Amino acid sequence: MTKKKIRVLAAKPGLDGHDRGIKVISCALRDAGMEVIYTGLRQTPEQIVQAAIQEDVDVIAMSVLSGAHGYLFPRVMDLLEEAGVTDVLVIGGGIIPEEDIQHLKDVGIRAIFGPGTPTTDIVQFIEENTPR
Amino acid sequence: MYDAKKLKEIEESLAAWVKKTQAVLEKRPERKEHFETLSGIPVERVYTPSSESGYDYLQDLGLPGEYPYTRGVQPTMYRGRLWTMRQYAGFASAEESNRRYKYLLEQGQTGLSVAFDLPTQIGYDSDHPMAQGEVGKVGVAIDSLKDMETLFDGIPLDQVSTSMTINAPAAVLLAMYVQTAAKQGVGPDRLKGTIQNDILKEYAARGTYIFPPGPSMRIITDIFAFCSENIPMWNTISISGYHIREAGSTAVQEVAFTLANGIAYVEAALNAGLKVDDFAPRLSFFFNAHLDFFEEVAKFRAARRLWAGIMKERFQAKSARSLMLRFHTQTAGCTLTAQQPQNNVIRVTLQALSAVLGGTQSLHTNSMDEAFSLPSEEAVQTALRTQQLIAHESGVANTADPLGGSFYVERLTDELEERARAYIEKIDEMGGAVVAVEQGYIQKEIQESAYAYQKAVETTEQIVVGLNKFQEEGAPRPTNLLRVDKRVMESQLAKLERLRAERDNAAVTSTVARLRECATGTDNLIPAIMEAVASYATLGEICDALREVFGEYTAVATL
Repeated sequence: MTKKKIRVLAAKPGLDGHDRGIKVISCALRDAGMEVIYTGLRQTPEQIVQAAIQEDVDVIAMSVLSGAHGYLFPRVMDLLEEAGVTDVLVIGGGIIPEEDIQHLKDVGIRAIFGPGTPTTDIVQFIEENTPR
Repeated sequence: MYDAKKLKEIEESLAAWVKKTQAVLEKRPERKEHFETLSGIPVERVYTPSSESGYDYLQDLGLPGEYPYTRGVQPTMYRGRLWTMRQYAGFASAEESNRRYKYLLEQGQTGLSVAFDLPTQIGYDSDHPMAQGEVGKVGVAIDSLKDMETLFDGIPLDQVSTSMTINAPAAVLLAMYVQTAAKQGVGPDRLKGTIQNDILKEYAARGTYIFPPGPSMRIITDIFAFCSENIPMWNTISISGYHIREAGSTAVQEVAFTLANGIAYVEAALNAGLKVDDFAPRLSFFFNAHLDFFEEVAKFRAARRLWAGIMKERFQAKSARSLMLRFHTQTAGCTLTAQQPQNNVIRVTLQALSAVLGGTQSLHTNSMDEAFSLPSEEAVQTALRTQQLIAHESGVANTADPLGGSFYVERLTDELEERARAYIEKIDEMGGAVVAVEQGYIQKEIQESAYAYQKAVETTEQIVVGLNKFQEEGAPRPTNLLRVDKRVMESQLAKLERLRAERDNAAVTSTVARLRECATGTDNLIPAIMEAVASYATLGEICDALREVFGEYTAVATL
């Protein structure tokens, strides 16, 4: 039996237009055998959660470089909870000061990947932590 | 450049040298089998007069301040006046940013560069739902003329030049600047500065678009027309390769896509009935200074020569100023590492040096802590000092185009020009830059380069010091990171509320209605925007009126 492919929603919440990172990571995840759905820019947390449900993804990978992660990431987690989605692995990345990371983990973001992270680390993390 | 006999002698001697070197190689092979620039241009062991593509000095290089401007746009270059040291800054509130500007001016900075927050850049007021979490974060929040007055309080606008990184709503922010200056008693004819106003690269690489391409191009050409009559010293656009490069393009693509965008703006203005020599002298450019030192120097020189040729031959521009590619440079933010951040000071120094040797008109040097957050005051000071050191201590500013005539740099200049020209021809065939962006071609090209670079870093084919080699566990992280106070949002909301209570709302309704009507016709939009701004209509109200008429751009998500 072939293993089901991991489905990832790559998302850009908020107004930030920096999409180099998310696109590069999307390519790497795809090359690693995952299915990647990229939302494009300017997604509201509501849109992201809706897309995650519709696409039935295993993973949500969000990227914010504008400093709005402190609002946007927890908001996505709240909406997931409201929608009763508990089995999705949520990870984040971007320009995120170290002192913000603990709070994001506390609300359920499983990992935060900062600048310079090899894409192989992210692939490995997803493979090891995706609920199957 | 050399007579045939001399050239033959050089070639013979080179052939003998290559043979001799073969013996050395057998004993001691070179570090790599193939050397190439960051953009993939092959690099040879040595360059000699015989490596040149046979350029004609006067035709291809000329003298500084003369066509084709390969050696610089002014005859005296930095012997006359140094480049403008212009640090991009802005965060939180207008009050806070005003303090930072005054600090930077006291530190010897010679021009201002305003960073706006994302809601401002996308035409939302601070109380718009999409603005949640973004107010004051990547720049200053400006909701109305009131905020702009605060931003420049105590800064005489007839004495500074101000660059504003604003694109989709550029006309609105420019109108606010003009009105602020008027309140200081400074007329528009005395204002100096730049608005970025480059929507095409927003679609392709930076993401702060609002309207679809058609109306966006109309706003841009309306600005060209308005400024050429009313704000003659204003740079009406800064056609930007910077963000294209940051998004992952090569140096060749940076030049090609930027100039292709430039061509699209010139064509749009000509189609709108403007005369080339009326608006072209106020076009300006903005490039990235990246890692590969000589390639970067060559890139700036190649861009100048290429643009001069395009303006002269394709558009029959006659005025010398129409032919000159004047540009701002920023060092490459994407090359800054969070690992061993102090190394960033050295990266920035090398990149800044390449911009100066490439003849930039103004320069922003990044701060060492920018892989973490907006820069702290301390880090910005070191970045500014880097420029001052290059300007006043290194001696590189004492002659024009010091690397001109280097066999390697000239050859690279030719290569970059040729490769960029080939891209531009391809884009021409597709129907120009607007079509290329709409089809996602530019985005795709950039993305492929970005991924290739990432792979090169991960295989350590490309070494990044401190990241994939010479790592150091527990290296010190920068302290004093700048944090934007959460209260900025609240105070911005309070200011908006007060504004809406205190202003003449009937006047706002009527100026905004007039603007909406103007947008449905073909008259120049800028006077109507100017009136709306003067009546203290907010940025969001003005942009919403235009959204109603023009609609909004929805990007194709390319992957």
